[in-house]
Amino acid sequence: MTDQTDRFSPLHQIHVDGGASFTDFAGWQMPVSYGSDLAEHHAVRTTAGIFDISHMAEILVDGPDSAAFLDFALAGRLSAIGIAQAKYSLLLNDAGGIVDDLVVYRLADDAFFVVANAGNRFPVAEALVERAGGFDVTVADVSDEYSLIAVQGPASRAIAEATAGIDEVGVPLDELKYYWSTDATFEGQPLLIGRTGYTGEDGFEFYIQTDAAAALWAALSAAGEAFGLVPAGLASRDTLRLEAGMPLYGHELGVDTFPVQAGLGRVVNLKKEGDFVGRAAVEAGPADGARVLVGLTTEGRRAGRAGYPVVTEPDPSTGSGDPVVVGEITSGALSPTLGHPIAMAYVDPAVLEAGTPLFIDVRGTRIAASATNLPFYKRDAK
Amino acid sequence: MTDQTSLQYTAEHEWILIDGETATVGITAYAADKLGDVVYVDLPKAGAVVSGGSVVGEIESTKSVGELFAPVDGTILEANADVDADPSLVNSDPFGAGWLIKVTYTALPTLLSFDEYTALIAE
Repeated sequence: MTDQTDRFSPLHQIHVDGGASFTDFAGWQMPVSYGSDLAEHHAVRTTAGIFDISHMAEILVDGPDSAAFLDFALAGRLSAIGIAQAKYSLLLNDAGGIVDDLVVYRLADDAFFVVANAGNRFPVAEALVERAGGFDVTVADVSDEYSLIAVQGPASRAIAEATAGIDEVGVPLDELKYYWSTDATFEGQPLLIGRTGYTGEDGFEFYIQTDAAAALWAALSAAGEAFGLVPAGLASRDTLRLEAGMPLYGHELGVDTFPVQAGLGRVVNLKKEGDFVGRAAVEAGPADGARVLVGLTTEGRRAGRAGYPVVTEPDPSTGSGDPVVVGEITSGALSPTLGHPIAMAYVDPAVLEAGTPLFIDVRGTRIAASATNLPFYKRDAK
Repeated sequence: MTDQTSLQYTAEHEWILIDGETATVGITAYAADKLGDVVYVDLPKAGAVVSGGSVVGEIESTKSVGELFAPVDGTILEANADVDADPSLVNSDPFGAGWLIKVTYTALPTLLSFDEYTALIAE
């Protein structure tokens, strides 16, 4: 329900005019779809989709100690990335729990751009400010000044290249590597283009000053028409990222989750020098037997959903008793690309190791599930 | 296309077309929009006895699950096999080809008129 605390994207009127339906996401009224979330999903897999993700939070870290500061404040070694490179990272708390997952862009030797989830804007900004004590840096929450538009799909590069008004692109987009960025301008205003995304397809994310966002959306959309670009909402974004095995904060990630449980052990750099927040807890690790994230596939069309139990058969030694709950689904849907249900779930590692048959309890019906490595979907390597 | 003003409605966003002793039931366009693309329906079998207000089926979209309530007491006469085969009919024609069940009813509760339902979803 709409209330006075709702926030609206600078592109809101464009979405209304485009026939979008809206959903509350972290206090923002964001497009959930423009008619058919399935069509939007398939468009991203086959041509391209354009997403408004202006609700994401941006925090600028600037100053001589920026790299050392982020090495302390975050789980990765940000000092090791090159200028214009991007890196997926985690902000941990002292207990090793995940406060947020982030993408960090290095803008200059001593300046970084930290992109956080909308719902974690304030916890992340506050943690960074708090952790900046003793470092010669400034931490500025610039979320309101920037908007973020993503174009994702096989045609995304051709669309970006054909977009009127995008000029002065530092690195030609066909040479821009995955998880690198380039400076550019849009109608004379500064534009940051990252070859990043959350769909499992090739794609770009465009960081633009908020007052120019509507014009950029219009220019990208106009260029994309010939390539089959469609506006896409959060519903398709969710099924796309689920197929790509990408975690969503609040579902697969949270303050009670250790990175290693979520399959993100590689994101924490224990080899880097010096202390960082969460290091001691991560080195100690979660409790023995802590559940781990796994992919589950099922047959038929009834999908397991977030919160549904993962169970085993009744005790095989006695053949009786109730099924044992060994896990819980965090995200699940009928995969539009694969045609069968997929889910991510936290499951007891012992039953995974033993290969114990697993079932999802779908509102009282047990459906056999196969554990699988993530991702479910991987695009063809070029 | 069914004349929506001639239908009756429930607060659970179902529509009911009364024809003699048969009530045809579907979900409204508003409900279909809220659900998103419907990918699976689980409908009761013909002959099942249902009571008004009870859950008799499920309507799943990519992103969520909606429950189908029996709006009337009665016996299921028919479930829409076309929707079972092609659930997207619920989105493309919710008031027509996307109907869900026909019920031979024994009792009719008080239902909402078109104007009352329109006012409800405008809130």
